[in-house]
Amino acid sequence: MTQPHWQTAAEITAAVTAGRTTARAVTEATLARIAARNPTLNAFTDTTAPRALAQADAIDAARAAGQPLGPLAGVPFAVKNLFDVAGLPTRAGSAINRERPPATADATLIARLEAAGAILVGALNMGEYAYDFTGENRHDGPSRNPHDPARMTGGSSGGSGAAVAGGLVPLALGSDTNGSIRVPSALCGIFGLKPTFGRLPRTNSFPFVSSLDHLGPFARSVTDLALSYDAMQGTDAGDPGCANRAPEPVSATLATGIAGLRIARAGGYFRANLTPEADRAVSHVATALGITTDIELPEAARARAAAYLITTAEGAALHLARLRTRPADFDPDVRDRLIAGAMVPATLVIQAQKFRRWYRDAVLRLFEHVDAIIAPSTPCAAPLLGQKTFTLGGTELPVRPNLGIFTQPISFIGLPVAAVPIAGTLPTGVQIIAAPWREDIALRIAHHLETAGIVAAQRPQDT
Amino acid sequence: MTDAETDAFMDASAAALGLAIQPEWREAVRTNLAVTFRMAALVLDFELPDEAEPAPVFTA
Repeated sequence: MTQPHWQTAAEITAAVTAGRTTARAVTEATLARIAARNPTLNAFTDTTAPRALAQADAIDAARAAGQPLGPLAGVPFAVKNLFDVAGLPTRAGSAINRERPPATADATLIARLEAAGAILVGALNMGEYAYDFTGENRHDGPSRNPHDPARMTGGSSGGSGAAVAGGLVPLALGSDTNGSIRVPSALCGIFGLKPTFGRLPRTNSFPFVSSLDHLGPFARSVTDLALSYDAMQGTDAGDPGCANRAPEPVSATLATGIAGLRIARAGGYFRANLTPEADRAVSHVATALGITTDIELPEAARARAAAYLITTAEGAALHLARLRTRPADFDPDVRDRLIAGAMVPATLVIQAQKFRRWYRDAVLRLFEHVDAIIAPSTPCAAPLLGQKTFTLGGTELPVRPNLGIFTQPISFIGLPVAAVPIAGTLPTGVQIIAAPWREDIALRIAHHLETAGIVAAQRPQDT
Repeated sequence: MTDAETDAFMDASAAALGLAIQPEWREAVRTNLAVTFRMAALVLDFELPDEAEPAPVFTA
């Protein structure tokens, strides 16, 4: 039997629904696990124990009264601390924002998960203002990789990666502007879903780059990604970027296999500048899927550059007032990038936006010939905390911006991605990329790989 | 841009934007500006038609 802290959301909700355990027992065990492991992993910045126990008791009472329970009944979850949690200031990884008054309402996605029976147990560490691929944070300390606490989780949703991979919760939410779900999923050895841009509402969450920000789940199984994703779908007027689109649930088709799907491996840019272990991870998946062809995402390097420009300029615009009035209160690694971003001439950003549409059209044409594309999530396994540079393709490069070189060209045009983990001494990850609104295809492939034992959440050795 | 030109750009931009860059931050800001302009050169080197539409609010 799976140890309680490594149970999936689906296993927990089945046990609670069948009466083999109670939501209160699950929640108390989760809070105890967090108390025991968080001093090492630094995943949580806040816990919400009274609220969690009250929600648990409500679920147990509903069951006792014979009422139907939701599809995530009794499942503990936590959220990156840029999600509003009623009663907590939304710090977004910053010192500045934690001075704000507590949020008065929950983020829409929290409300939707709770409506499905899930139980919020806390808020999670992150890179300041989400401008980060490392999971390091000057104010709260770094989130630490459960496979080696001396190493990075990846970021910016670092606490989300550490909490799920460390067995503190089976489910967490994060955000992904340029790779902040997919990078920590890879470095921590778990599954992540970055849905199509506009699929899940961002209402009551702190923004970074409005035209690039996505929210999505982390979990230790594909089934759990699908369960949580289905519970969160649906438009919301509070987010102008959210598409007016009816939910398209994926759970029912998850196990239908991959027969007939045309899958290729991203070549060119996505074959260069990766370490042997990252290359092996993609090859492992490619072999398992019977992939024989590479496909070129045209001008991917320029796409990454354009995403970089838009991000740094839009991010700087968001924070300009704070950069003017209290620059010393920022994490220096973030501040110095934002200051440079504030100086980007508008002509360059507009040109990047024009290129974006060109690139989108070119990549979407590829999906006339394939249903999915696989690519590495990161160029390497987890670097050491504090490590400033690494060597890729024979060139020494800064770690912070370059962990996301393979994720940035994909989120730039909002494509849905299931990030799957490959076990190793340290885990790595692979992106399964589908056409817009075809999360179902990416997740079906991920589920097929998981069932075949090719990909799996990697359990840390010390737990 | 040369280092001197980058410094001049940084100082003029900071003045225009009301940003006070402390001496110990300058090197990091300069490095970030250099990266940013390398990225910009990649984008600008790609020829687009005059009719190319920007995508500031992306719709998938």
